[in-house]
Amino acid sequence: MNEKIKKASRHTNQNEGLIFEKSSPGKRAFELPPLDVPAAEPAKALGALHRKEGIKGFPEVSEIEVIRHFTRLSTWNHAIDLGMYPLGSCTMKYNPRVNEFVARLEGIATEHPYQPQDLSQGCLKILRLLEKCLLEITGMDAITLQPAAGAQGELTGLLLIRAYLQKQGDPRKKVLIPDSAHGTNPATAVIAGYEVENIKSGAQGQVDVEGLRKLVTEDVAALMITNPSTLGVFEQRLPEIAQILHAKGALLYMDGANMNALTGITRPGDLGVDVMHLNLHKTFSTPHGGGGPGAGPVAMKKILEPFRPVPILVEKENGRLALEPIRPDSIGRVKAFSSNFGVLVRALAYILAYGPGVRQATEDAVLNANYIRKHLEGVYELPYSLPSMHEVVFSDALQKKNGVNTMDIAKRLIDYGFHPYTTAFPLIVPGALMIEPTESESHEECDLFIDAMKSIAEEAATKPEIVKTAPHTTRVRRLDEVGAARKPVLRWKPAAPRSTAAD
Amino acid sequence: MRYLPKSPVERQEMLAAIGAKSIDELFSSIPEKYRLREALKIPGPYSEAEVIQYFKERAAENAAGYTSFLGAGVYNHLRSVVTDTIIQRGEFLTSYTPYQAEISQGTLQAIFEFQTLMCQLTGQDVANASMYDGSTATTEAVLMAQRLTGRQRVLVARSVHPEYRDVLKTYAKNSGLRIEEIPFTASGTVDAKALQAALKDDLAAVVVQSPNFFGAIESYAPLAEAAHAVGAMFVVAITEGISLGLLRPPAEADIVAMEAQSFGLPPSYGGPFAGVIAAREKYVRQMPGRLAGQTTDSEGHRGFVLTLATREQHIRREKATSNICTNQALCALAATVHLTLLGKEGLREMAEQNLAKARFALAELLKIPGVRRTFDAPFFNEFTVELPRSVKIVNSHLVREKIVGPLALGTPYPELTKHALVCVTETTPRAEIERFAGALKRALEQPV
Repeated sequence: MNEKIKKASRHTNQNEGLIFEKSSPGKRAFELPPLDVPAAEPAKALGALHRKEGIKGFPEVSEIEVIRHFTRLSTWNHAIDLGMYPLGSCTMKYNPRVNEFVARLEGIATEHPYQPQDLSQGCLKILRLLEKCLLEITGMDAITLQPAAGAQGELTGLLLIRAYLQKQGDPRKKVLIPDSAHGTNPATAVIAGYEVENIKSGAQGQVDVEGLRKLVTEDVAALMITNPSTLGVFEQRLPEIAQILHAKGALLYMDGANMNALTGITRPGDLGVDVMHLNLHKTFSTPHGGGGPGAGPVAMKKILEPFRPVPILVEKENGRLALEPIRPDSIGRVKAFSSNFGVLVRALAYILAYGPGVRQATEDAVLNANYIRKHLEGVYELPYSLPSMHEVVFSDALQKKNGVNTMDIAKRLIDYGFHPYTTAFPLIVPGALMIEPTESESHEECDLFIDAMKSIAEEAATKPEIVKTAPHTTRVRRLDEVGAARKPVLRWKPAAPRSTAAD
Repeated sequence: MRYLPKSPVERQEMLAAIGAKSIDELFSSIPEKYRLREALKIPGPYSEAEVIQYFKERAAENAAGYTSFLGAGVYNHLRSVVTDTIIQRGEFLTSYTPYQAEISQGTLQAIFEFQTLMCQLTGQDVANASMYDGSTATTEAVLMAQRLTGRQRVLVARSVHPEYRDVLKTYAKNSGLRIEEIPFTASGTVDAKALQAALKDDLAAVVVQSPNFFGAIESYAPLAEAAHAVGAMFVVAITEGISLGLLRPPAEADIVAMEAQSFGLPPSYGGPFAGVIAAREKYVRQMPGRLAGQTTDSEGHRGFVLTLATREQHIRREKATSNICTNQALCALAATVHLTLLGKEGLREMAEQNLAKARFALAELLKIPGVRRTFDAPFFNEFTVELPRSVKIVNSHLVREKIVGPLALGTPYPELTKHALVCVTETTPRAEIERFAGALKRALEQPV
């Protein structure tokens, strides 16, 4: 083993087949209490609707096999709990365990969305307090907690803009989106019924304000902007951008994916933003869980408030809280049953743990990103030199000379015990290395990461093959993605003869 | 602060290494006048004990200790402690979307197993890695049908969950879709005559739910035939997945949209749950959401990757099949573990208990003078009854006996005022069903 690899070492890794391959008729992992009413005869009760033969291929295993199966699978994952996960724009910070505990409390996890509101005051108070905290953090006037994730928040925000403009007589045609934006922005604009006009970034990777001035016409409904940008750079001229839009009757949408750079420091509402979403699974520490669930609350200025999705949380004169289902100008529902409530509980637990001290988390996140930038500048090319906030974007230009690209470096980082940074994004940086350490990394972990990145740069210069063929230490090597897409195998099917359990 | 791994000295050392005099210097790109001068006005900081205390106090203001007869898309089922044990493993809980396949094989294989289970349950060929919930899955299924047929008109049964229809209407407004609704018969199922009358070759999809919002089970074959006769997609929504342990799967459907909440996820005041889209293999390239696929590594070992990503927003941007990015992965994992625990026999037995208990409850309620059954179609674990007086008033009496009564149907269906949707699952003991029937009888005897 390479002595430069300080963070990781060899580890036994169990083989494990698919659960369907362990199945044997008659095994059970779950028993129900005995039925205490007369049994129904399904064939008689359901007739032709009855599935007599049972579900073909469904697993039949014991409890210990279930535990071992999923525990073995879990050991094949990297996770924040194991170490730094510097995926840019994903804000992979520590997910506090107390959040999981409170979300599972009897009286929280057990509550039905249709139970009487008099018996739901606890849930409604949680929603109300979270609303107030997020409004204070964003500097906005009104909020909806309904959207299930960031992309749905984006859609909600654009539908609010559309409804507002429609009310004035014309929803307009276009949404402007910088070429540095997340892919969800243009995909969302289309669902909201808008044409997308991509706008080119200026020489420093920021919005070209003079160019924008020409593009904002009476056809433009909104500009969707990410701040800090996907380069990790604060859009300094945002208030001016807002003025340009407002002068033409258009609105400013802010993608709040990078709010971890701003919380407690500055407020989008004060910068002229009209509407924005927050990713609670990024800035507010709810776990990513291998891809979700998240929550994407949308905060807005007063002008958009009448259009919020129903139901609306209101405070009654007697101090009781209620969800009101009807608002004449509402855009409607974007999701059944109010919200991803359990995710909102976790986010509030995070906010309460910090209180106003959440500013310290922002400061540490920005400190870590700048510390890493300082040490890797020159080792990797920095395509845009403006000050970094919570993340730093390098490119593979120096390593490309030896045939090593960002994906190779990312894969080699795995051997050093780190999850890769974000590769190939933003699109305006060819061969991007987008690094977001978050506040959850110690001085020591940042140093280990810097050492690993320097060591890989050296390898790229002296023995590029080891980088290009990485990772070398994982249970599988690089996987054939082209083959997977050409002939998709998307489910297990019983094979004859029976396939072997281990790889 | 306990979550932050830095001492004041370390912060100073790091600042010095950067060459910054103070932390404020790192924020110099934010114009001075926009920087907050005062601390945020939010409560805290709370110790761990205080955080727990706050939420315990809120929990006490809710309905813990009440027996509930609510379903309507969110169901109470038995859950094994094993499920929660597994999904709280940090390797699952605190990992990201498995884009880096070599260090995400655990998540990827679990998704592959989830996709397989969803196919087995629904009788479909392919299933995705999850959508937000049943309502958005149903909407995305309709948008998928729109892309596949190039048509804009959609017939949706009024017996589809009212909130699912609301979500569909929100999305449809700007997608060029025209939504029309099909009534239900006196039996509680889709009015096939009305459907026939509405069939035309401009139809993109026919959408039904089964068991439907009233608990009535639909017969798929004639509905599928009607849709297919004009080249439309037959879309089936399922809110109660446990029913598939006993009911024939919607094999006639072109697209199935399912809510997976019943598979080990708590009601949690409405979320997070997990939506599923399953479909015929030939439609896979128009599916929304992530898909895990089997492949091999450079040494020939089996492995899994996210595949067919050219459908997705991070590659296709404005031409993507959907804007979904974050999905409900951990909820889908919970469903995978839960269904693996239940297994073939456990799922069948759970479904049978639901069927038996709901039939017992209906029989008990029908003994009460003035209570009658609304619809006569076969049902699974939910049914509709008509009461001789307002459901809301009856429910206010039941609450005093620590019972959360059935859902009043009058708001979503004005013609069903005084009708109530009753749900009984394997978690409802016989004694509680009898106590409910007794309390209902007394409530109906109360002077107006």
